[in-house]
Amino acid sequence: MTDISEATQSIADRPRYDCRNAYVETLAQLAHENHRIVGVVNDSVGSSKLDAFKKAFPDRLINVGIAEQDMVGVAAGLANGGRIAFVSAASCFLTGRALEQIKADVAYSNRNVKLCGMSPGMAYGELGPTHHSIEDIAWLRAIHNITIVVPADPIETAAAMRWAAEIEGPVFIRVSRMSVPEVYPEDYTFVPGKAVTLREGDDVTLISNGTVLWRALVAAEQLEDEGISARVISMPTVKPLDIEAVLQAARATRGIVTAEEATVAGALGGAVAETIVQNHPTKIKILGVPEFAPTGSAGFLLDRYGMSPEGIAEAARTLIT
Amino acid sequence: MTALTSEHITMPVFHRLSNAHRDEQIAHIAEAARQIRLQDLKLVHYAGAGHIGGDLSAIDILATLYGAVLRITPETVDDPERDRFILSKGHIAGALYVTLAAFGFLPVAELATFLKPMSKLNGHPNRNYVPGVEANTGPLGHGLPIAVGHAISAKLDVSRRRTYVLVGDGELQEGSNWEAMMAASHYELDRLTVIVDRNRLQQGATVRETNDLEPLDQKATAFGFAVVEVSGHDHGELLDVLSAVPFRPGKPTFVIAHTHKGHPISFMSNNAAWHHKVPSAEQLDLALDELDAADRQGGSA
Repeated sequence: MTDISEATQSIADRPRYDCRNAYVETLAQLAHENHRIVGVVNDSVGSSKLDAFKKAFPDRLINVGIAEQDMVGVAAGLANGGRIAFVSAASCFLTGRALEQIKADVAYSNRNVKLCGMSPGMAYGELGPTHHSIEDIAWLRAIHNITIVVPADPIETAAAMRWAAEIEGPVFIRVSRMSVPEVYPEDYTFVPGKAVTLREGDDVTLISNGTVLWRALVAAEQLEDEGISARVISMPTVKPLDIEAVLQAARATRGIVTAEEATVAGALGGAVAETIVQNHPTKIKILGVPEFAPTGSAGFLLDRYGMSPEGIAEAARTLIT
Repeated sequence: MTALTSEHITMPVFHRLSNAHRDEQIAHIAEAARQIRLQDLKLVHYAGAGHIGGDLSAIDILATLYGAVLRITPETVDDPERDRFILSKGHIAGALYVTLAAFGFLPVAELATFLKPMSKLNGHPNRNYVPGVEANTGPLGHGLPIAVGHAISAKLDVSRRRTYVLVGDGELQEGSNWEAMMAASHYELDRLTVIVDRNRLQQGATVRETNDLEPLDQKATAFGFAVVEVSGHDHGELLDVLSAVPFRPGKPTFVIAHTHKGHPISFMSNNAAWHHKVPSAEQLDLALDELDAADRQGGSA
């Protein structure tokens, strides 16, 4: 268990960070350490904040222009030549436009490609559902042989990237744009396929990741004030899922709330539901985005779909009473 | 119909003939191509499935590449400095498997497992099971972007290794090819060669009546390629052009190889019905006889 109890203030009061900054800093460090690492982008140099990387490694930032299918195929080809390709592109276009390339060229061909979905979920807010990437996790979950990681803060984003650079094989990492407080200590080590229990609890379990995780932690603080003991499980790896952590929670608490910046159909909530239904049925509430969202900022939309701390606490309350 | 068994496997093993007189190389390629055709026809007939039309259209290109052009042998199949050949039209996996077996990458006996349950030899190639396969292709329009990525990696390595990708002409209707072609010329990938199996037929009709590619040479030129047109069944022309990379310094090469689907079998050639039709026992015998006759006349081309 990661100890966060030393924090005297609520996690909600901590400074907030855009995970893309940790992403570019880490990518540059990795590129300095390993000449095999290259970036591959679809004109997304600015939106991926890769200007400094381009200056430091002009030959190692492959920009194919606005052409996502080509981008992912090129990344697979670079991997064929021994490179470790970090593909950086808005998650909506990377996964939606190049889904077949992800399936055939990367996952099925088992190529050493790291797909980094920038500004995922509701990050593009008012730009609307064309730019929201709520489907990415569900789409990729259906594909065999690709690890899916949804980091919750800059520390976990950097840790997941370092892990991805070290292992051979296909990885998808979401890189959040919505600002989040630091959830993890500086010395956090990412372990693929393992959940992190951030807070123990016996009444109800909150399972979350990405930009919603800190909101779940605040919800647990609120529930504690009411005498409800909420376990908070961070689930950075959606695939492969930490089945044991889910089943322990299903056995030890009276219900599970999942909350994520993604569709309610087939993402983290779906993975948790599939697990408990087949092994230890219990009550579950899946919080996520159920529709093409109306106009609004990312924060407004998360709140609207019940993913404010109050909304998550209310879901937990309803589940166990 | 009899099931495919080891008695239907007749493929002799060839080797890459790189340092020989051109005439010798051409004769070597011609005989390899003829044997690959004989074996592939049996494979498709006895397995009861395959894409014989496209196989026969591309076999002279495959035999030329593996027979004398590609710097790759069974011993160097994992060498990072090997030339890369990417089969984008993955549905002619049968022709690729027979070619790989012909040149020693795959045990000849393994051909008898073609399409059988649990075989490594799927209807589309899988690099995780078959040595010499560079990418798991099948959906069209994937090979060219992968080839561009590899060619960029070779350029970053300041390597002399070359990248070849074989695409079907109907396949060029996929937009991803044109995305990749823009990148290929932007990155000046002059050690990349795109070979178009220009048989002018797609699944059920001509390319022209489906969604015409013409003027293909001008389109490729406009996309920054050095364009060459050859007979895709003339081993000498293929050998000369495919060995001459880079064809123009700073430009990727686009080889339009004019072919006939089903070549050279009289009743299959240039006939869209043979895209994935399986020859009957009588048709197989006729086809094998034609290829044997071609041998007696001194070459299948």
